Amino acid sequence: MTWLTPVIALGLSLLAGTIMFYLLDFPPLQSLYAFFISPISDLYGVTELLIKATPLAIIAVGLAMGFRANVWNIGAEGQFTIGALTGSALVIYFPESENVLMLPAMMILGVAGGMAWAAIPAFLKTRYNTNEILTSLLLVYVAILILSTLVHGPWRDPDGYNFPESVIFQDVAILPVIVSGTRLHLGAIFAILVIATGWILFSRTLAGFQVRVSGLAPHAARYTGVHSDRMIWYVLLGAGGLAGLAGIVEVSGLIGQVQPVISPGYGFAAIIVAFLGRLHPLGILFASLVLALSYLGGESVQIKLGLPLGIAGVFQGMLLFFLLSCDVLINYRIEFKGTRSTDSRSSA
Amino acid sequence: MSVPLLELKGITKAFPGVVANDSVDISVEEGQIHALLGENGAGKSTLVKIIYGYYSADVGDMAWQGNSIRVTSPAHARQIGIGMVFQHFSLFDALSVRENIELAISSGKTGDELSEDITEVSAAYGLGLDPNRDIFSLSVGERQRVEIVRCLLASPKLLIMDEPTSVLTPQEADNLFEILNKLAKEGCAVLYISHKLEEIQKLCHHATILRHGKVVAQCDPTKEDTRSLAEMMIGKALKPPSYNLKDAGESKFAVRNLSRSAVNERSISLKDISFDVCEGEIFGIAGVAGNGQTELMEMLSGEVLAKDNAVIRIDGVDCGRLGIRERRKLGAAIVPEERLGHGAVGSMSLIENAFLGGHQRFNLAKGIWMNYSNARNFAKKTCDDFDVRHAGIQVDASSLSGGNLQKFLIGREILQEPLVMLASQPTWGVDAGSQLAIHKALLDLAANGTAVLVISQDLDELLELCNRIAVMFAGQLSEPHSVSTLTAEKIGLLMGGAHPEAA
Repeated sequence: MTWLTPVIALGLSLLAGTIMFYLLDFPPLQSLYAFFISPISDLYGVTELLIKATPLAIIAVGLAMGFRANVWNIGAEGQFTIGALTGSALVIYFPESENVLMLPAMMILGVAGGMAWAAIPAFLKTRYNTNEILTSLLLVYVAILILSTLVHGPWRDPDGYNFPESVIFQDVAILPVIVSGTRLHLGAIFAILVIATGWILFSRTLAGFQVRVSGLAPHAARYTGVHSDRMIWYVLLGAGGLAGLAGIVEVSGLIGQVQPVISPGYGFAAIIVAFLGRLHPLGILFASLVLALSYLGGESVQIKLGLPLGIAGVFQGMLLFFLLSCDVLINYRIEFKGTRSTDSRSSA
Repeated sequence: MSVPLLELKGITKAFPGVVANDSVDISVEEGQIHALLGENGAGKSTLVKIIYGYYSADVGDMAWQGNSIRVTSPAHARQIGIGMVFQHFSLFDALSVRENIELAISSGKTGDELSEDITEVSAAYGLGLDPNRDIFSLSVGERQRVEIVRCLLASPKLLIMDEPTSVLTPQEADNLFEILNKLAKEGCAVLYISHKLEEIQKLCHHATILRHGKVVAQCDPTKEDTRSLAEMMIGKALKPPSYNLKDAGESKFAVRNLSRSAVNERSISLKDISFDVCEGEIFGIAGVAGNGQTELMEMLSGEVLAKDNAVIRIDGVDCGRLGIRERRKLGAAIVPEERLGHGAVGSMSLIENAFLGGHQRFNLAKGIWMNYSNARNFAKKTCDDFDVRHAGIQVDASSLSGGNLQKFLIGREILQEPLVMLASQPTWGVDAGSQLAIHKALLDLAANGTAVLVISQDLDELLELCNRIAVMFAGQLSEPHSVSTLTAEKIGLLMGGAHPEAA
């Protein structure tokens, strides 16, 4: 049943989408085709799908680890942004460097930046017992403001006609393309490695076991010798590091410079990916493709039918809504006041 | 004589493996505060759940105001005038007092009209509830009052309270007693479940004492003292120890001047606890629940660390500052009170649960890797050696019956061949067969030289197993007594907090 829910949710989203297109006076079938099929009807489309799925999958594996341990990091978007910035800093300050170690160093700095950003909610939670949902979420906006400050100020390209953009990265700072003629970059391989590692970590290692026990039964975790504070640090740093990696991969692999907007909400969409994938790395692989398609589909219906780009967000929202509703309705039964007298025993 | 408000005759209710109520007769008069007294597992909760319509009795009759009746559901119970306040509240934190009450009552009143009613009832009984306050901003005592008001709005003739003071501070408890007395004066009967003897003496007009599902005594608690109540509750038949344990060896588990301040207003502070558990001995800690046993066990197991390393010593090694892993490595095995959620994870397989408690002392992990095949063998051996009936070791722990899961947990720890075994409530709520098996396993373990500590509220169990018993009261531990010199009288006194020498 656990694995069936995402499929049901997907079906319901499609149905609701059809109704929505109909009510908006767009031909429903044609719109659905434009949204879900035509963007991936050729090789280029498929590689574009993988490009969008890459950051989603990398972030979602980290988030899933935290969610499993009942640590609710909602701020991956911020960790993604800071990771992109710390990784890019190297290029900004060494724009002439041709050192081949540039890329690995950028990746490491990106991970470190994401970790540092996630360390703030970790510290606040373990030290002052603040709610990580709030602190991590609010730090997203701080991170975006930092990005904005930098591209409008010190990092702006002096030869860039006053556009709020950094210099364009030199070749050694760009992740190589792996399918020629497309934009698909090495980041996709990273995503697969992250998924595989996450899978092994979850199912085969002591650490993964401890994460799962922490989430399922905090007392039992204490009983098996897990320190809950340390667990909070590990999973937040892990998720932050992966989000940071996704951030620098996106800038280095796709955008090629620092821009005022570097993420179309990947950090938030990855939350949906994590849940749609049932917090399991393999599930996340499929879920990241579904969410990536929602981005592509949104662009596609905008171009082909003139629908607003927000349609992607509508589909993502419906998906999460139906998923969570299905989970609730499968586990609980609705009772109406009138029927309670006869049923209450079985529900007790 | 007038017709009693509620009369139960020959109520019997059996669950798989255990008879919870065995032809119970009770009658409650109007305006009476009637205590249901008994140890954990004596059948108190089952009985009131039958009255409140949660369960139906297998056999027996219930009469309400003289008329035979079968209560089919809690809603039906409320309709005829029975209200119940559970030990665990069912309130929505994010909603206001009024909204919570509105959700649960059937009068159909809403909004301001209901708020007025709440304020009125609240003022009449001195409850001081503001209908517009949100639940999350209320203290536990105030939340309980919301539950009480919810019952009172239906003008009940009988109010059932299930261990209401277990979550209250002493001051809150006193307030509650005033409210209950006022209700009783107005003619509402109260069925009051508790195992706190002083409370019952202070509050109740009549007490029915349950033991192993049977009514063993009816009395007027004001005419009894704590000692005689305790005797009735635990029974007089003191059995001599059935095993002849050899003389205890040297101390393997030493606790010296262990203290702990209360974490919150409902937890108990521990004061200066010292004792030794020796090689080959079973040492028992008795006491009424909530006198600091949980707090003590957390410190003994290492889930909560002591301030001073020297307060706990395992086999001569100071370990008050060492965590549970290190203590396991020193030779401790631990069986916590809660089976599901503490000793085991319900939604994990027996294999993973074997790993949970066993991976430190057995080779179930290689570096960072879980060794599944070793864990599988360990789980299988535990099930085979301790007769755990299961549908395969890959099934979830929660699918096992209480008795089988407990055998699994005890077995998991015993197979680690511990130097020291710490077990809290090892047979709480398990069927008789499993209880027997667990007792035998613990006795065998001690016979092989392990120092065994058993914390239990079941005195029969302690008297059967232990060489020495000490009693916990209000965070303090009495001197240990050899079972051969103990009487129910003496234990009753200790459980009520008196020093036997002074009596």
